[in-house]
Amino acid sequence: MKRIDPAVAWWFVAAVGLCLLPWYMVQDGFLSALPAFGTGDPEAASAAVQVFSRGRWWFLPMFAALAIGAAGFLSARRETRAIAFIAGGALGVAGLVLQAWFIGLRGWTYPWLVALFGELGDRQFGVGVGGALAFGGFLLLLTEGLAVRGYFGGDRFVSGAVGVLTACIALFTIWPVAIMLGQSLTASADQTLLTSFLQRFATGKNWGLACLSGGGSCGVAWNTLALATATATSCTVLGLAFALITVRTGFRYKKFLRLLTILPIITPSFVVGLGLILIFGRSGIVNQLVESVTGANMGRWIYGFGGVWLAQTFSFTPTAFLVLIGVVEGLSPTMEEASQTLRASRMRTFKKVTLPLMMPGLANAFLVCFVESLADFGNPIILGGSFGVLSTEIFFAVVGAQSDFGRAATLGLILLGFAATTFFLQRRIVGTKSYVSMSGKGDTGLAQPLPRPVRTFAFAVAIPWSILTVTVYLLALMGGFVKVWGRDWTPTLSHFGRAFAIEWGPGGIIWAGGAWNSLFTTIKLAAIGAPITAIIGLLAAWIFSRKNFAGRGILEFALMLTFCVPGTVIGVAYILTYNIPPLEITGTATILVICFVFRNLPVGVRSGVAALSQLDKSLDEASVMLRASSFRTLTKVVLPLIKPAIVTALVYSFVRAMTTVSAVIFLVSAEYEMATVFIINRSINGDYGLAIAYSAVLIVLMMAVIGLIQLGVGERRLGRRKALAPTPVLKPAQEMP
Amino acid sequence: MSQTKKAADVVLQGVTKRYGAVTAVKPLNLHIKAGNLVTLLGPSGCGKTTLLRMIAGLERVTEGRLLIGGRDVTDMSAGERNVSMVFQSYALFPHMSVRENVAYGLISGGVARREALEKAEGALATVGLKGFGDRLPSEMSGGQQQRVAVARALVLEPDVLLFDEPLSNLDARLRRSMREEIRALQQRLGLTVVYVTHDQSEALAVSDQIVVMRNAEIAQAGSPRELYEAPENVFVATFMGEANHVKGVLRDASPGEGMVQLGDLAIRLPHKGLSEGEVDVVIRPEAIMLTEAGAGGVLTGTVATATYMGAHAEYNLDTQVGRLFAIAPEATRLRRPGEQVGVRLADHGVFAVRAG
Ligand SMILES: Nc1ncnc2c1ncn2[C@@H]1O[C@H](COP(=O)(O)OP(=O)(O)OP(=O)(O)O)[C@@H](O)[C@H]1O
Ligand SMILES: [Mg+2]
Repeated sequence: MKRIDPAVAWWFVAAVGLCLLPWYMVQDGFLSALPAFGTGDPEAASAAVQVFSRGRWWFLPMFAALAIGAAGFLSARRETRAIAFIAGGALGVAGLVLQAWFIGLRGWTYPWLVALFGELGDRQFGVGVGGALAFGGFLLLLTEGLAVRGYFGGDRFVSGAVGVLTACIALFTIWPVAIMLGQSLTASADQTLLTSFLQRFATGKNWGLACLSGGGSCGVAWNTLALATATATSCTVLGLAFALITVRTGFRYKKFLRLLTILPIITPSFVVGLGLILIFGRSGIVNQLVESVTGANMGRWIYGFGGVWLAQTFSFTPTAFLVLIGVVEGLSPTMEEASQTLRASRMRTFKKVTLPLMMPGLANAFLVCFVESLADFGNPIILGGSFGVLSTEIFFAVVGAQSDFGRAATLGLILLGFAATTFFLQRRIVGTKSYVSMSGKGDTGLAQPLPRPVRTFAFAVAIPWSILTVTVYLLALMGGFVKVWGRDWTPTLSHFGRAFAIEWGPGGIIWAGGAWNSLFTTIKLAAIGAPITAIIGLLAAWIFSRKNFAGRGILEFALMLTFCVPGTVIGVAYILTYNIPPLEITGTATILVICFVFRNLPVGVRSGVAALSQLDKSLDEASVMLRASSFRTLTKVVLPLIKPAIVTALVYSFVRAMTTVSAVIFLVSAEYEMATVFIINRSINGDYGLAIAYSAVLIVLMMAVIGLIQLGVGERRLGRRKALAPTPVLKPAQEMP
Repeated sequence: MSQTKKAADVVLQGVTKRYGAVTAVKPLNLHIKAGNLVTLLGPSGCGKTTLLRMIAGLERVTEGRLLIGGRDVTDMSAGERNVSMVFQSYALFPHMSVRENVAYGLISGGVARREALEKAEGALATVGLKGFGDRLPSEMSGGQQQRVAVARALVLEPDVLLFDEPLSNLDARLRRSMREEIRALQQRLGLTVVYVTHDQSEALAVSDQIVVMRNAEIAQAGSPRELYEAPENVFVATFMGEANHVKGVLRDASPGEGMVQLGDLAIRLPHKGLSEGEVDVVIRPEAIMLTEAGAGGVLTGTVATATYMGAHAEYNLDTQVGRLFAIAPEATRLRRPGEQVGVRLADHGVFAVRAG
């Protein structure tokens, strides 16, 4: 059986991209130039044609790269081939990137280039389908050459995967973040760079402390930190109470408590905010009750720090709960037993043994919630009022009247700094200080019952809180079924009607409701994004847990960076970056899908890493010894064995794409509207009925999706011995900003 | 199934493995003859697995060359080397039937599926598992799984077959019968086998040659008999079986033999090119014979502990050269602690080695 040399295949991909397909993206969308292709529109021609017809010489290095690559095929020597592929691929990638970077809509993109070469007298649009194909072809030709040369263990699949991963991270995380950094460092008119940066960065709007002295409001940076600290503290305490009850008591409704952890996954974060408005808002139930009984007006306290804090505590307590369940379960009872045999009382054991053992876990939960709060956008935008935090302030800097991108970028930078610091702090704690499950021996001891005061405290906190949570969610949903909350309590389905009306027209069904468009778009894009997320995420997980190569540490770090960029920051960075050539994709569906993929990548990577760490490494090695290529190993051995992880990755990236707000709110366009953004806009306009009706539909949809997929996942065919601990499908992935 | 092709030899020339600052295998030369079963033996962490994985191609050689059947394979990947490996955990693919497991390597190598499955059946018959093809690995016993793993490796007709502690997951009795099966199969098919173990009795039982490793290098290599009966140092002597070691002084060293003074006792002992002066003397417990105290040509000693073991008796004896552990074949008359005895040394099982 003779196979085509993959290098030849990639060379052809690059050649097709250069010679046959339209190079530029003339209209929105990669494929939109295709119809115009060959019609004589010069901009819709391929690079090869443009070299001749327009004298666009900057494509020439890429043709040289093709020639060098072709020289590789003619040589029979492995070494020569490798070098030709590497040189051709590298020259192709570099040539493409440089011309795209340096030549834009107005000729040379930098003044120093003009100074160096003189005016260009020509210009170019953003890269289109031809350019994208050529980039991929050259990149993989390069990785192919590296593998032939012996890098990456001579494994072309690994080298290709690393290449693609690197390119993705560079294009969709590093570059946008760097652009944002650059933007915040651009000098405003008639100011030096330093002063304008300092002015944006150090302004009282960011760091002011006026609220402490009672005069006015504090800076957004402090607001954000204060809110995050408050939220993280309350969530950790509540989460611990829940976890202790579930793991260490015989409480009868444990199952119900666990169910609470699913809520934040299937609901958009702002639903809690909406619920709180319906309870404590101006026309909320509590306010009305209080007013009718005492005549006093409770005012608008819910709009501000208190309200956002409350909402975030509702939203993120389940996250802390999840983290802490693992921590409490991981405590080895033997240690507590040992302490008790040393005559310590239960309370003393709890204080001196249990709590210290849990400390790293508690710190982890705290930091996870801290980051969540930093990155949260939905709750502060709905409840914040005049209390601004970084994520909302960024949004207003972009959409507001002044549309100050410099300020947005600077705020984004501060937020990114906070998030990254917390993130790496958390990794340190988890990485180095985890005492949990370190016993190594089988834990045979019985978990100790909680000391009475602790037990009382846990119940006293957790029970009212869980009732409150359910109430908030229920009320939030009920809001969709009454005419005007607080004024006209007539039950109605009119909100659903407005959102989801269907009519029969002469041409068949007419989706008359206002929400259909955004719902279909959201489902479609989330469904496109989910498999891509799963593939890239699992591939990254596999590479990082199984392969060793030079530069692995750097790549891992870059991936981590992707994990810790908050959504609003990504949103700002993306519009700053992709609004202009070379990659002009704002307003397209592509950018939304890319945004989903990179925002949800942690889900894919985490579930992959978790599943792979349960999979004996010698299975991979056995496959390699049995002459299987890496690709065959992955598809025939690894993937079938980590099926649940694949499903988890798919489900969660789909669900999260449907419920996310923070980044996409910057990226939606009239054509591609997202469900969550639609809802937020409605609630900002005070149309709570429709917003809530829509949220309810989303929640039901999410539950259906998760339920269906859980049913659909086949049991793995492993026989009677469940040697590999199955990864539960419904293991809510720890959310990251 | 028969091995038509001639098995290959393995040559290691200065093979070294470093992980950053850690040297897992120091520069090492070794020739493994074709058709031989060679065991790598040594304490935990001495580099056995690393060495095996370098031969397999799962680990890259840091320095040196590796030749299999005369072909330099140093830079080849595992799949290109025609080497098979049986893993400690067997690494059977849990989601494939036994037959699919065995056929996997053939199909990877481009053999048509039908043909591969037929060959797999043949390989299963070779290891005595005819008719088990449709089972899943989890539906077989540990010993059977182990045989599947062997069949899966054998079916590729490898130049060299590698085993990394293949029996450590089995119970003692099964271990004994499996090691005999592996040895019989190896001899029947004339395979070259490299076998890692840290159980010296397993090594003695199956090997043509044993390579004892210590601290990332070879302590001694040779036939089982050579290693047991003529160890070159205390480490090998104690690793290959129980041994006492005491200090002695070598006099009148002639090549191969010399007079060794052990306390009051002077005995002729074989040695390998030692020079006169202080030496270590290794004494196997079964080489110590107890006689009546005060007889000629003996050390005198006191019984410190005496243990009745059924078929034999074990003693700890305090002598002027130190405490000695002895095994007496007859247990009819158990000596009592405190009793004075004469300690005589047999011709076999006592050797002088370089002082360490
Ligand atoms: N990936 C690695 N990175 C760093 N050091 C390693 C690595 N793998 C092995 N080592 C070190 O190399 C040495 C040899 O390890 P190896 O696994 O070969 O030991 P071994 O002889 O097989 O021991 P055992 O009998 O316990 O299996 C050990 O000291 C080990 O710590
Ligand atoms: Mg080992």
